[in-house]
Amino acid sequence: MALNVEKIRNDFPVLSRKVYDHPIAYFDNGATTQKPQQVIDTIRRYYEEDNASIHRGIHYLSEKSTETYEKARETVRKFLNASSTNEIVFTSGTTGSINAIAFSFGEQYVNKGDEVIISEMEHHANIVPWQMMCERKGAELKVIPFNEKGELILEEYEKLLSKKTRIVAITHISNTLGTINPVKEIIGMAHALKIPVLLDGAQAVQHENVDVQQLDADFYVFSGHKVYGPNGIGVLYGKEELLYEMPPYQGGGDMVDCVTFEKTTYNQLPFKFEAGTMNYIGAGGLATALDYITDLGIEDIREYEDSLLEYATGKLMSVPGIEIYGKAARKISILSFLINNIHPYDAGMVLDKLGIAVRTGTHCNQPVMDHFKITGTLRASLAFYNTKEEIDRLFEGLQRIIKMFG
Amino acid sequence: MSVASNDKIQEEIIAEFEIFDDWLDKYNFLIELSDDLPVMDPKFKTNEYLINGCQSKVWLKADLEDGKINFTADSDAIITKGIVSLLIRVLSGFEPKDILDSDLHFIDAIGLKKNLSPTRSNGLLSMVKQMKLYALAYQTKLEQENN
Repeated sequence: MALNVEKIRNDFPVLSRKVYDHPIAYFDNGATTQKPQQVIDTIRRYYEEDNASIHRGIHYLSEKSTETYEKARETVRKFLNASSTNEIVFTSGTTGSINAIAFSFGEQYVNKGDEVIISEMEHHANIVPWQMMCERKGAELKVIPFNEKGELILEEYEKLLSKKTRIVAITHISNTLGTINPVKEIIGMAHALKIPVLLDGAQAVQHENVDVQQLDADFYVFSGHKVYGPNGIGVLYGKEELLYEMPPYQGGGDMVDCVTFEKTTYNQLPFKFEAGTMNYIGAGGLATALDYITDLGIEDIREYEDSLLEYATGKLMSVPGIEIYGKAARKISILSFLINNIHPYDAGMVLDKLGIAVRTGTHCNQPVMDHFKITGTLRASLAFYNTKEEIDRLFEGLQRIIKMFG
Repeated sequence: MSVASNDKIQEEIIAEFEIFDDWLDKYNFLIELSDDLPVMDPKFKTNEYLINGCQSKVWLKADLEDGKINFTADSDAIITKGIVSLLIRVLSGFEPKDILDSDLHFIDAIGLKKNLSPTRSNGLLSMVKQMKLYALAYQTKLEQENN
């Protein structure tokens, strides 16, 4: 069923505000998404009615709070179709999840001379933690290149896979190019050599159905705030047999079974990876956000966003001197572009004053900029609450920019 | 020149901007101002003179002549270049001490501080800081020479 966008927009309080006397057109969803009233209400209700530390107290509120937190874990499990809640670890976000895996997996499985494969289109969050781990372990980072359309070159990937490869860490969908990577194929190729694969789903879960069992992903990570949920909460999915073997990456309360000064034994999965007081409020808010998009229907969301992408691409292509970066056959509603030699910062500043929010710069994606030999782009990342009218405003804004700077 | 004449320049700039109530008109004016900025020799557009702002690049050079600092600068973004030209107009040609004592109230008065915020976006604050650091360095040098 088609989305009722007008009704959906009413769920998002921020969308009705004005900036510099213009209604806001928010096209920075790749950086963070706006929150529906339902998520805001959950957080508020949690603080007003049920707030207490989880897994600790025997009192009523603590039990209530624990129940909400563990129910959120079940919501995430269902959302990703993981086989067990033991495989769902809450973290602070995608960055937190990848750092946790890079450290913990590295400690357990990576030795001197081993290799880790990532790609040229990774977000810095899926580059730097692996670099840090490789440096610590004396391992080497290998990088799959992409072609001019912004698609990974699988022949090159195949050449990089070897007996030395310990793990492959790839983004499911690129945050700058919008490319949907052929992750099932990428996983299949790695699994043929018994190499586990991590998928960075930060830009994926809000745009398409993810089934970790069907993908056979070994690790899958995403952030709450990019999927209409709160900040500071994220998800680390890992296959139980891997998580079981991997050591904890942080020590503290709740992750322990028994502590003496001689020896500490660790709690069971998934608690072994959740040290300290977790962001249980965030987990509750995230569950509401996942329910919200599940209720809208992720396929319907995608269909509408695809229509926005098509419309926006057509409009932008009609702007003289425009160059779009990321022309993959399969991509989501992210448009990175430049107009002639107009600096993205100049263009972004003018759009801002017209009430249009885009991202300018490298998008935490410097290697992608290096690939195209540019220093940055403008990026419009569209969500299901955006409209064709807003895209028209972007188009008019760009015309104005050309007049000013062209 | 003294701090007082520097204040006068700031008042002039504030007056020039007062006629604009629309942001895009202000930007158009900054674009015009960017044209007035004396060209910086490309050989100085190196990392040595680069101020790290995240989104647009600014190169800044300072030379001491007859006890006064002459600034030359450039940017790869035009609006930033317009702002650079304002800073140069206010601070270039003054003695190090006057530059250090300058209170750049015009930035706030014409709305640039609030709307062209911090270091990460346009390096405006880093630019001011760097100009003052040059002034401090030259002032220290002058004091040492006098002793």
